[in-house]
Amino acid sequence: MVDIDGLNSFEIDVLREIGNIGAGNAATALAKMLSKKVNMHVPEVRIMDLKNVPDVLGGAEQPVMGVYLDFEGDVEGSVLLVMDETSAHILIDMMMGRPVDTNRPLNDIDLSAVQELGNILTSSYLGALATLAKLNVRPSIPCLAIDMAGAILSVPAVEFGMTSDKVLFIETEFIEGADNVRVYFFLVPDVDSYDTILKALGVIQ
Amino acid sequence: MPQLIKVGMADLNIALYPNILTTIGLGSCVGIALYDKINKIGGLAHIMLPSSKDIKNNSNKAKFADTAIEILLTMMLENKADKKNIVCKLAGGAQMFALKNSSGNNDILNIGIRNVAAVKKVLEELKIPVIAEDTGGNFGRTIELYTEDGGLMVKTIGHGTKII
Repeated sequence: MVDIDGLNSFEIDVLREIGNIGAGNAATALAKMLSKKVNMHVPEVRIMDLKNVPDVLGGAEQPVMGVYLDFEGDVEGSVLLVMDETSAHILIDMMMGRPVDTNRPLNDIDLSAVQELGNILTSSYLGALATLAKLNVRPSIPCLAIDMAGAILSVPAVEFGMTSDKVLFIETEFIEGADNVRVYFFLVPDVDSYDTILKALGVIQ
Repeated sequence: MPQLIKVGMADLNIALYPNILTTIGLGSCVGIALYDKINKIGGLAHIMLPSSKDIKNNSNKAKFADTAIEILLTMMLENKADKKNIVCKLAGGAQMFALKNSSGNNDILNIGIRNVAAVKKVLEELKIPVIAEDTGGNFGRTIELYTEDGGLMVKTIGHGTKII
């Protein structure tokens, strides 16, 4: 069993690299969709106490957008993509080819677009992991929710909470022109799948 | 001025009159608000999982329904609350995401329902009555427990605000 508290710096580097490749793949998918060049910062792997998790996105009560899917196959688990409302707005307006206006209320088409965006980002993220570790992974159809950050983030927190008092997640920043869009990926393999991934990558025996 | 005492995820605390206990952004987690109206003592726990007995790493007692309620009650009694006055109000236990073609063994997504059931079972064993609740659904909740009268305010995004 892999305990998040007990990960050594090498294992954290590997997880960061997975995050890097996953997010890189997602950035490429985003760039294709927008027909624009999308840069990104090196993702940051963060390990945090459970009780601080709800405040990650600038306050537990802040409305955020979450896209969640689970997966099965050689490894099982879930992926959650979370972004704040402003970031979601910027991405939607870019997709629709409109000037960015974060005050405009979102309509059904916008929500459908952001769900599709979440679909593509999470799938490409997961796909990168599967390819890298040569594992067979079958994702479910993603589901969208807009609600308080604390409530959305409680989903991965509970999953981590089954085995640990810490949560591991990957923060990625996409940059397009003057706009910075911050996206958080929570990859939660189930307990055995952590071992499977690290083994498949040759990190542990 | 009443002080606002914040309870985090997998956390618990008590408050004496006139202070207010709050926990922000309950999703599938359950907020358990205990209140002694005679002595005006409140207790609030923010639990994440139904039972400490199913989990190996269970050192954080505030994380589980069974152990958290026990500790919260003990803390209240130590501060001169009387067991026979204590009543409970519950909020939370939502299902934030509903997957259509999930692998089927995703027990995590319905954890809210299981949390609420586990909390009620523990309260029943302790003979603490649940006098009000706002649980289930698919949305998050922020709650505030007022030690003045035991009112529990439930705030949501898009589903209104009420006092139960």
